[in-house]
Amino acid sequence: MTDAMPAATPPQPSGSAEPSEPSGSAEPSGPPEPSEPAGLSEPSGPSEPAGLSGSAEDGDAEHTLEPAPEADDEGSVTLRVWRGDQTGGELVDYTLPAQSGEVVLDVVHRIQATVAPDLACRWNCKAGKCGSCSSEINGKPRLMCMTRVDELPEGPITVTPMRTFPIVRDLVTDVSFNYEVASRVPAFAPAPPGPEGYRMQQVDVARGQEFRKCIECFLCQNVCHVIRDHEENKQHYAGPRFFARYAELEMHPLDTNDRRELLRQREGLGLCNITKCCTEVCPEHIKITDNAIIPLKERVVDSSYDPVAWLGRKILRRRKRSPGEAAAARG
Amino acid sequence: MTTAQDPTITPVVIGSARGGPDVPTLRKDRWWLQPTITVTVLTIFIVYSTWAVFVNKDYYVGAALHRDLISPFYSPCLAASCVPGANHSSVIAHWWHITPALIVMGGPLGFRLTCYYYRRAYYRGFWQSPPNCAVADGHRAYTGESRFPLILQNIHRYFFFLGLVFNVILTIDAVVAFREPGQGGIGVSVGTLVLCVNAILLWLYSISCHAARHLCGGHVRKFSDKPVRHRLWRILTPLNARHMQFAWMSLIFVGFTDLYVRLVASGAITDPKLF
Repeated sequence: MTDAMPAATPPQPSGSAEPSEPSGSAEPSGPPEPSEPAGLSEPSGPSEPAGLSGSAEDGDAEHTLEPAPEADDEGSVTLRVWRGDQTGGELVDYTLPAQSGEVVLDVVHRIQATVAPDLACRWNCKAGKCGSCSSEINGKPRLMCMTRVDELPEGPITVTPMRTFPIVRDLVTDVSFNYEVASRVPAFAPAPPGPEGYRMQQVDVARGQEFRKCIECFLCQNVCHVIRDHEENKQHYAGPRFFARYAELEMHPLDTNDRRELLRQREGLGLCNITKCCTEVCPEHIKITDNAIIPLKERVVDSSYDPVAWLGRKILRRRKRSPGEAAAARG
Repeated sequence: MTTAQDPTITPVVIGSARGGPDVPTLRKDRWWLQPTITVTVLTIFIVYSTWAVFVNKDYYVGAALHRDLISPFYSPCLAASCVPGANHSSVIAHWWHITPALIVMGGPLGFRLTCYYYRRAYYRGFWQSPPNCAVADGHRAYTGESRFPLILQNIHRYFFFLGLVFNVILTIDAVVAFREPGQGGIGVSVGTLVLCVNAILLWLYSISCHAARHLCGGHVRKFSDKPVRHRLWRILTPLNARHMQFAWMSLIFVGFTDLYVRLVASGAITDPKLF
């Protein structure tokens, strides 16, 4: 096994990747499978289990776990996983006996439990609700726990970390960029309550509830080419997840803040060219582009690019709120 | 609020190593198919419509054939050089000496060019920015729609209003197509139906537009105070979800309508009367 380990991957014990996440939810590669997986027999040496062969071809390492006789005869599954950290990395093949009904995260866990205990990945709920296991499967940003192996095309399944964020190790990325952006979103700023307190009707809050479904998997942030392919834009671009947050606040019936100039000048709403990739990858099927970004763009047009609206403001003596004022109106 | 200061921008660290091989994409599906189809269909339409605009003939079927059909590319026909019968209005641009289609093409063209759906389509297909999701952008630098000239996309709502004017005119054309000039009656031919379907698709494309959805009610923060706007917004929202389909259907049918009128006007085919 040691000859097949990627040179760039520092040998570490299982679950030792530890990104300094604000959420603190990273790393441990998860517990090993409760029972010994099929095909893993008694280890013949200190580090290499029987039935495990390793070879390096075309620069990519390869690990194969022979199916045990009692294993289901469903063939094998090969995961081509990115192993590496800030110093570099490579794709490593892991071939395991196939098991029916598995999702990609299950296979990653079996790899951890058998051939690569030091493989780092982030996961939590295994139900598509925590947003932890975001990665790129066959090049598409997806949740590992919601991607069935038998629905993927034949051949090796490539699993790589989210491309937009700095790698910590293997499949774990440092998503702190998103928390930095989140910290500068001006919070909900309601007017003082009336004599009966705050009263809202469902019809007024229904629009914003769609955005509350967000699980913060950051797949939309990852797929957005504005920062994926042009990292310099991270300095002045909030990204689709936070445009959804802005839209939720801007559509809230009790909110009093006006964040339009902030969006235009500081959060880079104009950088979005509405290619709808954020909507395509959202595991919660939030219509980010149609229901958040485009409505925000139209609101910014109201405030900055519509001469008739400008004239109306002049006549009615209404003033736009500056980015500084909007940001200062924090709850 | 009066003591507002500029928001503190937390510096974002960039330049760290990122995971995955340095290749444009790892996608294994046919991600290139969608932009290829987009480029192909739009290119065919652009080439055909350019030819149709500059050919400047066979755009009107008049009394000689007992029909009143005009190509949507040439309506309203405002130049003095329009063929007799094609101009239904009293507005005549005597100073215009080239193809009359050029007078009116700016409105529909601007509406489609600034349309949120078409922007997605041509940014992906022609500009490769990006060609498809999780496929590397084809450009080194990127400023999106934040600078000239793409910042002009923000005038989409004005082209929307202009588009409504054209829809009204093309609807009148469809109604007028029920006439049978020279015979003094009314009737329904295939050409009549073609113009009617064309008008309906253009209306669906226009009212499903994102700007329409915003202007009719999307901008309202509290729907319970604006029940009429809320109702309008609720009607337009499901149409807006099909804006892409309406965009393609209306585009293709506009081209087909012009082709049909052209074939009838040139005598290549006859326009069968249904009843």
